[in-house]
Formats: sequence, C-alpha cells, structure tokens
Amino acid sequence: MAMVEVLERLGFEVEFRAAQTCCAQPAFNSGYHTEARAVARHFLDVFSDAETIVVPSGSCTSMITHHFEELFAGDAKQLERVRTIAPRVYEFSRFLVDVAEAGDLGARFPHKVTYHDSCHALRDLQLKAPPRALLSKVKDLELIEMETAEECCGFGGTFSVKFAGISGAMARTKMDSIVKTGASYVVSLDSSCLMQLRGALSRAGHKIETIHLAEVLASRD
Amino acid sequence: MSAPEPAIRKTLADANLQLAIYNNTGRFKENRRKAVAPEKLPEYQKLRSQAAAVKRHTLDFLDVYLMQLEAAVTANGGKIVWASTGQEAADFILNLAKERGHNLIVKSKSMTSEEIHLNERLIEHELEAVETDLGEYILQLAGQRPFHIVAPAIHLTRDDVADLFTEKLGIERDTVIENQAMTARRVLREKFMAAGIGITGANFLIADSGAVVIVENEGNARLTHSAPKIHIAIAGIEKLIPRMRDLGVFLDLLGRSASGQPLTSYTSIVSGPRREGELDGPEEFYVVLLDSGRTKVLADSQKRESLQCIRCGACLNTCPVYRKIGGHNYPWVYSGPIGKIITPQFQGREKDPWLPFASSLCGACAEVCPVKIDIPGILLQLRREHSESPQGSEERTMFRRWAWLMRRPRIYSFAAKIGLGFLGRKPNSWLKRVPWPANRGPLVAWLAERDFPAPPPKSFRDLWKERRR
Repeated sequence: MAMVEVLERLGFEVEFRAAQTCCAQPAFNSGYHTEARAVARHFLDVFSDAETIVVPSGSCTSMITHHFEELFAGDAKQLERVRTIAPRVYEFSRFLVDVAEAGDLGARFPHKVTYHDSCHALRDLQLKAPPRALLSKVKDLELIEMETAEECCGFGGTFSVKFAGISGAMARTKMDSIVKTGASYVVSLDSSCLMQLRGALSRAGHKIETIHLAEVLASRD
Repeated sequence: MSAPEPAIRKTLADANLQLAIYNNTGRFKENRRKAVAPEKLPEYQKLRSQAAAVKRHTLDFLDVYLMQLEAAVTANGGKIVWASTGQEAADFILNLAKERGHNLIVKSKSMTSEEIHLNERLIEHELEAVETDLGEYILQLAGQRPFHIVAPAIHLTRDDVADLFTEKLGIERDTVIENQAMTARRVLREKFMAAGIGITGANFLIADSGAVVIVENEGNARLTHSAPKIHIAIAGIEKLIPRMRDLGVFLDLLGRSASGQPLTSYTSIVSGPRREGELDGPEEFYVVLLDSGRTKVLADSQKRESLQCIRCGACLNTCPVYRKIGGHNYPWVYSGPIGKIITPQFQGREKDPWLPFASSLCGACAEVCPVKIDIPGILLQLRREHSESPQGSEERTMFRRWAWLMRRPRIYSFAAKIGLGFLGRKPNSWLKRVPWPANRGPLVAWLAERDFPAPPPKSFRDLWKERRR
C-alpha cells in the first residue's frame, strides 16, 4: 500500500489488477520451465494492456526483464509479447528516479537506517544508486552503510528451505554487520530479503526492524 | 536432495573453522577488490572482455590450436602425451618412472593432478611423490585434499600445522609461521636435489610457442621443473591460449583476481628441455594433455564457457555459500561456484544432484570472474536438466499444482486467506513456531533457523477493496 501512496502523491493513477499472481520465478529458478511458462503467460495476459508496470521487488522485476525472453525462446508469438511488455516494467526505485524524476517526496523518517542491496536489484538491474538517492532526500533519516551491504542475505527462494542451515548462517553473518551499524531499521527493495533478515534478527532477539523503501518514502510527520 | 547434511552442519557449527574460512577468503576478496578498482586498474573491464573473448575463441577452435601446440612442443624437443582419462595420464607417468628408474618425484601445485588422484596412484606403486607447495605439503602430511583451489590449506591454523609437524616430522612443536616454513623448506630441499622427476601443472599452454606457463609465489615450481632430469607438465586441454602475445592479458588478471597481486612472485615460461650449451633445465620434457570429461563439456555449446576458467579462485572467495561450508563439503576437488558447475558436467549430474541447488543465485561469482563465466546461468541450466530427468519428477508435480493455482487468482487468494489464517493474524508479530496443521514442510525448515512473520490482520487485497469503496 505504501508504494501506491507514493505513486499517487506524485500524481500517477494507480491500478491493481486482482487477477495478478506471480512472476513465475520460483519454478524458473528450480528449472521447471514448462510450469514457469504457464505462470509467465498469465502475467503477460494480465498486464498486456498496462501502460507502465511498477514492481516493488528487484527480484521479480529481473525475472520479467531478464529471464522471460529465455523462457519463451522457442515461441515467436509470446516472445513478441515479452518484447513489448518487458520494457514497460520498472522496479519501484528505478521508476521514481528515471521516469518520475522524483526528488524530495516530502517524506520524513527520523531514524538511523542501513541499506541492504538485494542481489538481483544490484547485479541484474544495477540499482546501487537510485534507492540511496531517494533515501538521501528523506528528512531526518540517517543512512549508515554496513560493511557487507552487497553480500547476499541468504534467502534465495527455495534455497532458504532446501538448505536452511546454510541460508540461516548467511543471514546471521549479514545480521552481525547490520547490528554493528547501530541502525534501527534495515531498508531494502525486496520483501523476501527483508523477511529473511527480520526473521534472523527476531530469532536472535534484536529489536532492529526491516522496512521496504516504499514504506520509508510513504512516511510523513 | 541428499546433500552431505551432517558434514555441512558440523562445518557450520565449528566456530574456529568458520572464522578461518571467513577471514582468509575475506582478505583475498578485499585485496582483489582493491587491485581491480577503477583507480588502480582502469582497463579492468576491457581486460575481462578480452580474456573472455580469447578463451571463447580458443575453445571454439580447440582442435586447431591443440595440433599447433603439439607441433611447437615437438619442435622444441619436448613431447606431447595425450590422455583421455586420468588413468592414462597416471599410467604414462608410472611407466616413465619405472623405465628411467626414478622412484622419487617432486610435485608443484596442480589441481589437475589432484583431479586424477595422481599421488594415490604413484604411492600405490611404491613411488614417493612429494608435494612442494607449502600448503599442499601440509595437506599431504595431514592426508587431506585441497580446501581451496588457490590456497589449499586456508582452513588450518598455525597451531594445527605445529601439531602436524610434530606428529609427522618428529620435531619440537613450533607455532611461528616463519619457522614452520623453514622446516618445510629444509625437508623439501633434499627432495628437490634427489628427485628424478618433477611434475608441475600449467596455468597456460601457449599454442604458437609450445610453452607451458606456471605462476607461483614460493619458487618451488621453478625448482620442480628445473632441478630433476625429467619435467612433466600435466594440464587439461582447456588451458590453451593461442599466442604468446595473449598471455599478458591473463597474467594481468590471474594474480589480481586470486590474491590481489599485480603479478605472482614467479612466472615461469617453460618451452622444452635443456638445449645444447644451457647450464640447467631437464633433459626430458613432457606435456600430458588431459581430456577426462573436457571434450564432453566442449560439445555442449550452452555450457562450454565453463571451460574458460583460469582457476583464480575469486568466485570461491566471494561466494557466501563457500564462505560458510568451506571446500571439503563439495564432492570433488573443485569447490565453490566453479566446482558447482563443473563437477556435474565432468562427473555426471546424477551423482550429486543437490549441488546446483545449493546456491542463492546471488550472482557474486559472475561479477568477479575474470573470464566472465555466467555461473548463475549455468546453475540454472543444470537445474533445468535435473527437472527434466526422472530425479525431478516429484518436484515437478508440486510445481505443476503451484502453476495451476497461480493461474487461478480467485482460488489462489482464497487459499492464501485460509492458509495464512491458520498462523493467526497479528500486526507486526514474528512467530517462533506455528500451530498444527501449519507445522510442516518448508515452514518447519524455515523456523529451524529464523522467525516467520505472522500474517497482517488485513491482506493487501482486502485493503485495496476497502479503499476503492
């Protein structure tokens, strides 16, 4: 809901299509292309006539913009649809910075925060600067960079449960780095990373909270 | 998936080991980052593109370049030995040692020889094969395989080494690293002088000059290939580059990617046995070219780039999974991200089907790879091959149900509502356990390590409906 508020505040008309479900990444990343294709086609059906599609996740965005083509490599008709729809898909912070050219959104968030670079946002979508630029405009927010900002939180979809022990150990390494900053919030573009990190923080008894960038930008006095 | 769970759990629970892995790989990682930073090496990205292009080209025309290499090595007075399998490579070395009557062999670090278990074969035939790289020497004494492609003994502390030397060499316990190195040096000098055969690996084979390039920091490889009467270099066929003038790009990248060194301490370019009038060098020079699964990978145009690897180890040092589970939990001598993609291709996917799945697909490996191997992409392809095999049928059923649900938004949101209802809706609350019947499957695995968010009182869909009213 925070993303909707921010977009509406900027004067955009926001629509939510109740028929939407998933970008198909879980099946794709596990190697099940037939099943992933079925879900990806559903995505294309739902969003085919949308003007712009803003996604509050780097991972889902990367699935659509970086992997749909591979998924439909043998299907000229669907490939054509991918090529018309994918360029209209934006990760939230990319949309704000590049399309909306948003600067100060009038947000206020009087807390110390640290920022977690989610892997697909960072490496597939090159989103190092946009979220930080947006955070720098938030009133009374202090950004303290952690040492391991670019290291994976250990979520990785089904990896988090198939290899729970390794995944949990990765989360705790990241957690140590978060705790060291003294921040009271961890901000990111992906709720899945935030669930992983908050889950580990909560288990270890830390009071640090996780929050999506959209929620920070929607905060006011 | 049958991952080596107990062994992995043991590694994760060993605090000293965790610290050793994390700190040592962290140091390499940080040194690499500094060495290739734009202010230090502005042409880094160009070098990567060039290196990847050279390797890709060489692999595409590997047959041509291999013949060129053989012609050049022969012209230099050396000999190429073609080995389809590790067994063939080992047999050649065994027979040569017997024919020439040499029973002491010195070796410098070579992952290819580890791959074919050469030492074991030699020892079986009562030959003495001594590792001369300090880390490898320590591991040979300890009876372990390399923990890391480049730094084989990073998991051992100076205390471990002190205990080992006392036990195996019968010397007084000494924890000073310099003294330990001197001990090894003393033992190994004698071996160098007495050995009849020196076996090295090869970092690069150069087709146009018939040369073998060996990089190292300790000088042991130089002694290995120059002191004994016979030098045998053993290398996979993918180690080839076309021309001597291509070498510079790779030397610029290898040391920096491995340890942050602009160049390693020693770079040897060996092209043949001792010539007339030369004072040193071996009398005989052999290059053993090993296939052992490589042509199979070469035939796969999609995963062929796996053979571009120059074994710098950068992907291990940056990999958050390797940095947790270390090298010995991988099934083969090649560990880390590169091991994850080449093990199934060389040894068959069915043996350790879990391997390509033990990754969060974070992409850190591809980012640091000096020859731009798309490791996450290859992991995805391996997963796909698994899914299409009988081993993937059970999970396919699950994903088929999931895909069915994902195309039926009404049923999906209803099912989600019911399912999450069992967890108990509560604002901003994190669960340590969940009640029956939710306490099963993936959720249990999740809760073993982390808390799980209680679903909020109202879903986004509910809030959206209210808002539009």
